[in-house]
Amino acid sequence: MPAAAQRPEHSQPPVLALEGIHKTFGGVVALQSFDLEIEAGEVVALVGDNGAGKSTVVKIIAGMLHPTSGRLRLDGADITFADPSESQARGIQVVYQDLALADGQPVYMNMFLGRERVIGPLRRLDRRGMIAETAELVQALDVRIPSVRARVRDLSGGQRQGVAIARATHWARKLVLMDEPTAALGVAETARVEANIRSLKERNLAILLISHSLDQVFRLSDRICVLRRGVQVGVRRTNATSNNEIVSMITGLS
Amino acid sequence: MLSALRATEPAKYVIYVGFLAIFALFAVALRDSGFLTTANLLNIIQQTTSVTVMAVATVFVLTVGEIDLSIGSVVAIAALVAAVTMREFPWPLGVLAGLAAGVAIGFVNGALVAYVRLPSFLVTLATMGLLAGVARSLTNLQSVPVEDDVFNALFGSAALLGIPSLVLWSVAAVGIGHFVFRETRFGAHVHATGDNAGAARAGGVKVERIRLACLVVSSTCAALAGLLYAGRLHGARYTLGETDLLTVIAAVIVGGTRLSGGAGSVPGALIGSLLMGMLNNGLILMGLSVSDQMIVRGFIILAAVALTLRDRTR
Ligand SMILES: Nc1ncnc2c1ncn2[C@@H]1O[C@H](COP(=O)(O)OP(=O)(O)OP(=O)(O)O)[C@@H](O)[C@H]1O
Ligand SMILES: [Mg+2]
Repeated sequence: MPAAAQRPEHSQPPVLALEGIHKTFGGVVALQSFDLEIEAGEVVALVGDNGAGKSTVVKIIAGMLHPTSGRLRLDGADITFADPSESQARGIQVVYQDLALADGQPVYMNMFLGRERVIGPLRRLDRRGMIAETAELVQALDVRIPSVRARVRDLSGGQRQGVAIARATHWARKLVLMDEPTAALGVAETARVEANIRSLKERNLAILLISHSLDQVFRLSDRICVLRRGVQVGVRRTNATSNNEIVSMITGLS
Repeated sequence: MLSALRATEPAKYVIYVGFLAIFALFAVALRDSGFLTTANLLNIIQQTTSVTVMAVATVFVLTVGEIDLSIGSVVAIAALVAAVTMREFPWPLGVLAGLAAGVAIGFVNGALVAYVRLPSFLVTLATMGLLAGVARSLTNLQSVPVEDDVFNALFGSAALLGIPSLVLWSVAAVGIGHFVFRETRFGAHVHATGDNAGAARAGGVKVERIRLACLVVSSTCAALAGLLYAGRLHGARYTLGETDLLTVIAAVIVGGTRLSGGAGSVPGALIGSLLMGMLNNGLILMGLSVSDQMIVRGFIILAAVALTLRDRTR
């Protein structure tokens, strides 16, 4: 089932195309012949029960995991990411489900983790610059933390999630992968993150959103991709499906 | 005031307070035995130079979440290699050969840990034993004298503007180490890798390279420590560095570096190293027997570790 055949005619290739992705862990099949395309300015939701393989998709795109077989294409060109530094270099950012923050380090160092700013001939860390920029950023995104110098360990779960989202949205240039970004958030914080996702969409970024909240999925997404036990059950246009249909696709009951 | 300090960052200050307390104790108790003389204090620093150099590197290794048990054996190997080389060749070649031995061993340790993904505890435990054997067979248990005056001056007895070269080596190691650890991207990546390797990798840090680099730094600094022993003692012997491993780790841990990775302190390691040297010196001046010295030192280290590592969150 070549995915290219299904693709509607577009002047531009999709930002990201996954073709026939398989992933096994030892004997466990986490993902089977998975195909998906995401266009610029599009929000695609990925839904499915626990253990369906959603996070595996995210980690494969990011270069954290390598597919057992299958292809990735970025802007139409075949690509393999040896590790996450390579996907980041291509403008891809991820909010991991387990957040991937260094707990013992301050917020601002996490914000710049892997791309720390340096100054002067000795290439010293520009702590002041990073602190100022992080402060501006969390303010702009209304992430309420005691201080950008606070260690991540001393933040609440929701505050950590806010930091991880702020980091991803700050550095993303092409594609943002969000693995349950609002799982730990309160009502107001969730609304802010949803507004944030809409503004990423307006900036013409592609977004892959994983969420267990179907209300949220229907509010934000253009298309919905359903996974069940590693198998892609189907992809629907959000405005041409219903809550009931998605639920029965997720559960396999009609 | 002490309680205010404790509320913020206990581990950071306990070592300094403890160091000053023990210093004051010795200063009073040993005021007639010459503890407080400049000569004796400089002597303490000079005797701890090798341990200080290794302690600085060990801060990196522990912070990145690994451990290097082979440093003591590397000391002996590097010193012997340098001494043997200097029998035939000019001293700079001896220095290069000694350091090269350290770099090479560090690469082997580092590659096995970072890329073959073996635990550093086991890898360096094995290389520790293996290299101790190599050090013994290298010269058939013979010590090798070093008669090159320039080498012995640079790595031992020379002075610049009245400051002994071994003191300068300590200052350089701590200064450079502290800068790299706190002020560079490499240092930041060492912290992040030891704190949460998955997060560091997700952030684009090449964690394998960072781990490899830390073990190379460790081994190279141990080789430098070996050269500093050879320069001070005008010769090399397989026993050099034999007992340093525990001293170095105690100094680093007491100085506020976490065994589990993610946090460390180079100035703390210096204080820890000086503390160990001061204990040796003071207990000898007190006239304690060797066995009593070991017991007292053990208790003091235990107390220091208890104060430093007590986990407030548990
Ligand atoms: N590193 C791993 N090693 C072995 N098995 C794994 C690994 N990662 C995931 N799996 C397995 O792959 C399957 C899919 O896991 P995945 O994390 O992708 O699920 P998910 O859809 O994100 O679930 P959730 O909603 O709970 O986050 C599960 O059966 C899981 O046990
Ligand atoms: Mg998941």
